Amino acid sequence: MKKKRDPASVNSAQMRRSLQRYSPIFLLPMVLAFAIGFVWPFFQGLFLSFTQFKTTSKWTWVGIQNYIKVFQDENFLYSFLYTAVFAVVSLVIINVLAFAVAYALTMNIRGANLFRTVFFMPNLIGGIVLGYIWSMIFDGILSAYNTSILMNTTWGFWGLIILMCWQQIGYMMIIYIAGLQAVPEDMMEAAKIDGANGWQTLCKVTIPNVMPSITICMFLTLTNSFKLFDQNLALTGGLPYIINPDGSALHTTEMLALNIYNTFYGQNINSRGVAQAKAVLFFILVAAIGLIQLRATRNKEVQQ
Amino acid sequence: MHGSLKGQKIGKVLLSVFFSILSVIYVLPVVMVGINSFKVNTFVKTHTFALPSGESFAGWDNFIKGMTFGNYPFWKSVLFSVVITLLSTVLILLCTSMAAWYITRVNSVVCRIIYFLCIFSMVVPFQMVMFTLSKTADTLKLNTPWTIPVIYLGFGAGLAVFMFTGFVKSIPLAIEEAAAIDGCGPLRTFFGIVLPMLKPTMISVGILEIMWIWNDYLLPYLVLDLNDYRTIPIHIQYLKGSYGTVDLGATMALILLSIIPVIIFYLTCQKHIIKGVAAGAVKG
Repeated sequence: MKKKRDPASVNSAQMRRSLQRYSPIFLLPMVLAFAIGFVWPFFQGLFLSFTQFKTTSKWTWVGIQNYIKVFQDENFLYSFLYTAVFAVVSLVIINVLAFAVAYALTMNIRGANLFRTVFFMPNLIGGIVLGYIWSMIFDGILSAYNTSILMNTTWGFWGLIILMCWQQIGYMMIIYIAGLQAVPEDMMEAAKIDGANGWQTLCKVTIPNVMPSITICMFLTLTNSFKLFDQNLALTGGLPYIINPDGSALHTTEMLALNIYNTFYGQNINSRGVAQAKAVLFFILVAAIGLIQLRATRNKEVQQ
Repeated sequence: MHGSLKGQKIGKVLLSVFFSILSVIYVLPVVMVGINSFKVNTFVKTHTFALPSGESFAGWDNFIKGMTFGNYPFWKSVLFSVVITLLSTVLILLCTSMAAWYITRVNSVVCRIIYFLCIFSMVVPFQMVMFTLSKTADTLKLNTPWTIPVIYLGFGAGLAVFMFTGFVKSIPLAIEEAAAIDGCGPLRTFFGIVLPMLKPTMISVGILEIMWIWNDYLLPYLVLDLNDYRTIPIHIQYLKGSYGTVDLGATMALILLSIIPVIIFYLTCQKHIIKGVAAGAVKG
């Protein structure tokens, strides 16, 4: 705070002025697009969550009515819980496996580069395509029992877990490998000389040193699960559904993002205000996770 | 000591064997797509894991059928995917790097507000803006493959500006000052001096944007006029979405066709891709 000026900004008033004269070229294109693609839709969306609307131009103010309706919507609460359970389960499985793979691949084994290439490959394939590949495989297995992944909530859940593992283990592995390679060599040597065995070295030297990578990967898997849409849509699309006592359908494998999408673009065109309110709450949830992550990584930096 | 070294060696060999097997299992799903794209439709569901032979072998039929399958030619979807991805990536790289340099060097109040909004946009999920954004895009006629890059620039600016400003801050100011004294205007300074130095960040950002836009489904689905324009993910989603009985063989053929270029791209630029992804993840 003592510094008056960021050292990266120009000092000479003349240089700054000549640069500022070019702001229409340097700044304007990005700012205009940013206003169209983010700022305006964001604030309009925030506003519309307090209204009832069918299109963005025809709205009536309803206050916090939409938000009250969101909390009365059992399907939404169900999909929130479903997503939360999914996020925790996938966080644990993906990170344990990705760390184990990264740990093994940094031990100078033959073919490590090839394995790394293979494990990362699914990340290049888009969510929709991934969903269809795995729905073919699961249905291929389940057709022997004359059933399908669309018929059973439990299979739908674990099917999506397997899909996400297949996609994300390679990604997290890359981050863990970078972290493991940055562990100081002399620390490992010192542990060896002091007579620590492999397990002790892992717990007392390696893991504390890769804590920043672990934090990053945990938050990445968490936000990825909460924001998951394409894979959910393509693998089960929320099926199977059961009929609630009030006659509405509860899609038992529908995650948060898909629930919001279906509320926006479903049969009931009057629920768009509620959908936008759900979207605002969804944004607050995702942003809160992001903020906690920021604080967690900052604390780690102070420690080092 | 000698014994434990030998043990370690054996352990490493065993690990290599284990990971070799795991790698084969890992690529199986993609291999399955390849196998099933040569199978007659009815056999895909019942004999998913068998090799095509005799009556189940379809030859190139699935590929030929897939080309016109779904009332929309597949080559058009490929073309629009390529157009949208390339145009958007070039536009994002150019505009955000220029803006990031300007923001860092001028650092006025307005610049700091823009920078803050960019960081903020990184934590906003697409669902928050999806309805209003698609309506805005419609009103401004940004619903064609040639204009949708503006939307991608707007929604994707956050991460790109963030990564570019991070790098610009590490470039010593003295070089640009010397250029200014020699009579270089801002345009020549940027394109002649700063831009070449930004190359590594350009590659990282470019790869992140390509991977995002090429695979993106919901944004183009909501923004584009779907009667005229589709992308590969939209095309594949439509195959299943709008038909009672899906031709699984043709679907697998199209999935195979859409994966092959991605895998070739990955194998040729692997180093850059892995580096770019790691950089984006650590910073984001």
